Amino acid sequence: MNRERNRFLSAYALLVYAFLFAPIVVLIVFSFNDSKRTFVWKGFTTEWYAKLLANDDLLAAVGVTVQVAIVAVIFSTVIGSLLGVGLARLRFRGRGSTETLLLLPMVTPEIVMGLSLLLFFVALFDSRGSFAQLSVAHITFCISFVAVTVRSRAAGMNPHLEEAARDLGASALGAFRYVTLPLIMPGIVAGALLALSLSIDDYVVSTFNAGIGNTTLPLYIYSAIKFGVSPEINAISTIVVAFTALAILFAWRVGTFRGEDRQASEDAEPTAG
Amino acid sequence: MLTKGRGTIVVLPAVVWLAIFFLLPLAFILVVSLGSRDELGRIVLDRPSLDNYRRAFNPDYLPTLVNALRYALLTTVASLLIGYPVAYWISHYGGHRKALLLVLVMLPFWTSYLIRTYAWMIILRDNGVVNGLLRAIGLTSEPIILLNTDFSVVLGMTYGFLPFAILPIYVSIDRLDDNLVAAARDLYASGRSAFLHVTLPLSMPGIIAASLLTFIPAIGDFVTPDLLGGAQQTTIAKVIQERFLDGRDWPFGSALGFILIAVTMVGTLIALRRVRREIVGE
Repeated sequence: MNRERNRFLSAYALLVYAFLFAPIVVLIVFSFNDSKRTFVWKGFTTEWYAKLLANDDLLAAVGVTVQVAIVAVIFSTVIGSLLGVGLARLRFRGRGSTETLLLLPMVTPEIVMGLSLLLFFVALFDSRGSFAQLSVAHITFCISFVAVTVRSRAAGMNPHLEEAARDLGASALGAFRYVTLPLIMPGIVAGALLALSLSIDDYVVSTFNAGIGNTTLPLYIYSAIKFGVSPEINAISTIVVAFTALAILFAWRVGTFRGEDRQASEDAEPTAG
Repeated sequence: MLTKGRGTIVVLPAVVWLAIFFLLPLAFILVVSLGSRDELGRIVLDRPSLDNYRRAFNPDYLPTLVNALRYALLTTVASLLIGYPVAYWISHYGGHRKALLLVLVMLPFWTSYLIRTYAWMIILRDNGVVNGLLRAIGLTSEPIILLNTDFSVVLGMTYGFLPFAILPIYVSIDRLDDNLVAAARDLYASGRSAFLHVTLPLSMPGIIAASLLTFIPAIGDFVTPDLLGGAQQTTIAKVIQERFLDGRDWPFGSALGFILIAVTMVGTLIALRRVRREIVGE
């Protein structure tokens, strides 16, 4: 590999990284800009952040978002982890079709999932949106992502460890509880964090299933954007970005992203996030 | 290893959940798409017909499907062209920082799609960052129209889905045996022809997976055309959203939704046939 090409390629990669981060940097910088109208720098202010705290609609939206996210993360992590472990470690009938069922929600356009759930709830429960409906929708699109993440972790695990525990007299459940579960825990935590970020971010599915009185943060932000660009939206967005960054830092600390666990990361699929 | 019966119990909750809340609702789309509305706007299902589909392919609505396909294809091609060299670079020059470089690619993806799209509105609009800069250095006096164009829609989508292109390509390049390239060079292949005849074909599964992972979200995306596009940039997903949330013509919206599923499935099947081994690991 000659040096010239190396340098050219590196510069190109650097440019793409800049492209990936520039919009987010611009967003954050202008949340501190002392001008309501223009996006030319006029001086530093934290005025827009102070305004957020006085915005009751916004705070209510944050409340709904957190409640839905808690329900969605708990249910999808339990159900999805079981599916992930089952697919990686157990043999059962209908494996192939279960595999397909797992992949389908991930390749179905969100808008289709959103409107199909709306039709379903209207037809069976005459409900055009409620907290329960919104929660069911969020759980549904999170399950597959949790399952894929947990499965890749469980598949990278040495199966002999569990067999050794069984040989030493542990029950099937005991071997799972004390050997398998701790080993796949990073996968479960990563899956839960992925579910958390999907739930907090979701706009498309929510817009069909929230109904009245269940405005989540993305729904609030969307209507604010449609009303017009403003530094207040930048301030909300900056807080969301900061929160997400913290979650990633936490996931990194848990070790799921780190190179130390080489085998697991090599087996991990690109969709595992 | 647990017994067969237990295996079924473990996966059963997820299978039942997805059957009820994912598969069954999909069937509802098909049923409603065959229905119509009476004078009061209520949905009538007792005389199933294909009228909604006929309407979907008439000159009023066909362009929205064509538009969506065009944006999705342009986004896929742009993502591959931008993403492939980066994936190659991470794999060959990333050294011990590969994991970090990959996390950096994924970081923007973890940030809300809505917020990232909004960021482009700030940058591209008439009194936005780009036009502000151009005016400040005296290159233009009138703003250049960047927002609400085909360009802004494809740019927004490419930005949004680029990580989905880079990761699978990286995996397939990184998995590739370097000795094969070395062997090609030993047999007097030039650097370029070793790349064209060894590296590129062997990374094809990654390229196909990347195409799939950008095409699918792009074709069903209505956030980007809605926020970064104007009246000219209508897509099928945007029409579906309007029919459901404003127009209340659910049977027609369902027909468009079903068409969207069909297009997505055809695309997936074509790609999956070639890449199944790569994604499922069989």
